[in-house]
Amino acid sequence: MSKYLLNKFLFTVDRDPALVERYRTEPRELVTWWEETTANSLLNCHSGEASTWLAFSEAERDALIAHDHVRLFEMGAHPFLTLTLFIAMFEQDNTEPLEFQKAYGAALAAFSLPYPDIAT
Amino acid sequence: MASIVAVIASTHHPFYYRASTATGADRPPFADEWTAKILAFRETLTRARPDVLVMVGSDHFHQLWLDNMPQFLVGKAPMYDANWYNEEREFGLPRMLLQGQEDLSAHILRNGLDEGFDLAFSNELRIDHSITCPIITLRPEADLPIVPIYTNIFAPPLPQPKRFVALGEAIRRIIEQWPSHLRVAVIGTGHLSLELGGPRQFGPHGPDPAFDEKAVGWIANGDLDGCLREVTLDSLHTPGNATHGFMDFMLMMGVAGAGVKADYVDTLDLFHTMEAYFTWYPEGRPA
Repeated sequence: MSKYLLNKFLFTVDRDPALVERYRTEPRELVTWWEETTANSLLNCHSGEASTWLAFSEAERDALIAHDHVRLFEMGAHPFLTLTLFIAMFEQDNTEPLEFQKAYGAALAAFSLPYPDIAT
Repeated sequence: MASIVAVIASTHHPFYYRASTATGADRPPFADEWTAKILAFRETLTRARPDVLVMVGSDHFHQLWLDNMPQFLVGKAPMYDANWYNEEREFGLPRMLLQGQEDLSAHILRNGLDEGFDLAFSNELRIDHSITCPIITLRPEADLPIVPIYTNIFAPPLPQPKRFVALGEAIRRIIEQWPSHLRVAVIGTGHLSLELGGPRQFGPHGPDPAFDEKAVGWIANGDLDGCLREVTLDSLHTPGNATHGFMDFMLMMGVAGAGVKADYVDTLDLFHTMEAYFTWYPEGRPA
């Protein structure tokens, strides 16, 4: 299991408005494309260089495709990254202030301390 | 030598800018009280007449990433662009451009390294809301040169709380040895209890009001002993999963000095988090 790669997905998608929208509307297409093209990119490096070994587990891929923030939390994805990206995708549907944010927290109500470890 | 004319610690609430500028039906009911408190807090910096701002904050996965993560980093650049696309998107924060103070950056880096802090540096740093929020609240003209200092309160493994305090104490000594006539204010922002992306987020108050009350007491009284006795990397999970940002308050307590009471203390109980504002005047309260 790679918390790092989950975080890398959340981080890189969140910073690109076009990717945010693709992830919202076509999660399977976006996750598949991202794993093929971006998972091994060295982000703080010259373009043209890449890693060779990074890939999602099946469970990670499924959780991302399902927009399942509860499973991502359980897997130890960084909660700030998950929250920020999911607000970007779903806050637009709010019918009252903080509606999505509160529902997002309520969906995690089964978790008690200690939360899943987020260390990478 | 340079003088430290103010030490300021506060929370950095990214919703302040939007709340304080909203009008009509968009203006939240708490905006007027919040704005009044910020204006009073701003006066504590204005009164000190600073020339340079040393700004302590923490990058929220904007430029600093897990493939190359520094624990403590000092910016050394002539200019700093500020705020990021996702901060415009979520908080409505404006893009900014701040001037750097490279002489002081170089002085802090050299002397910090010599004092045993293996500081990372950046010559091209785009800063985020942990530093721009206090610019917006305390110096909205954004007209003073800055030295940004980033700490890692976000991506474990983190430095120990006592290390934040020690760095704050070192920053105080190092600035006071800077051969300059300039008046320096040190401003740092962190969090009290805070939950982000967990079950306790966005409640009617911060996730742990009892911790917040205790923390405000530690800071206001400069009670580093009491704070260090109770606060550990493990204990900070209990008040909320993002409460490690409290270690930036502990760094600022190190700058202010053990046992030194704050000259100005204010708080505001908001949804999701408690706001807290502290100012010390190391050279005495300005007229």
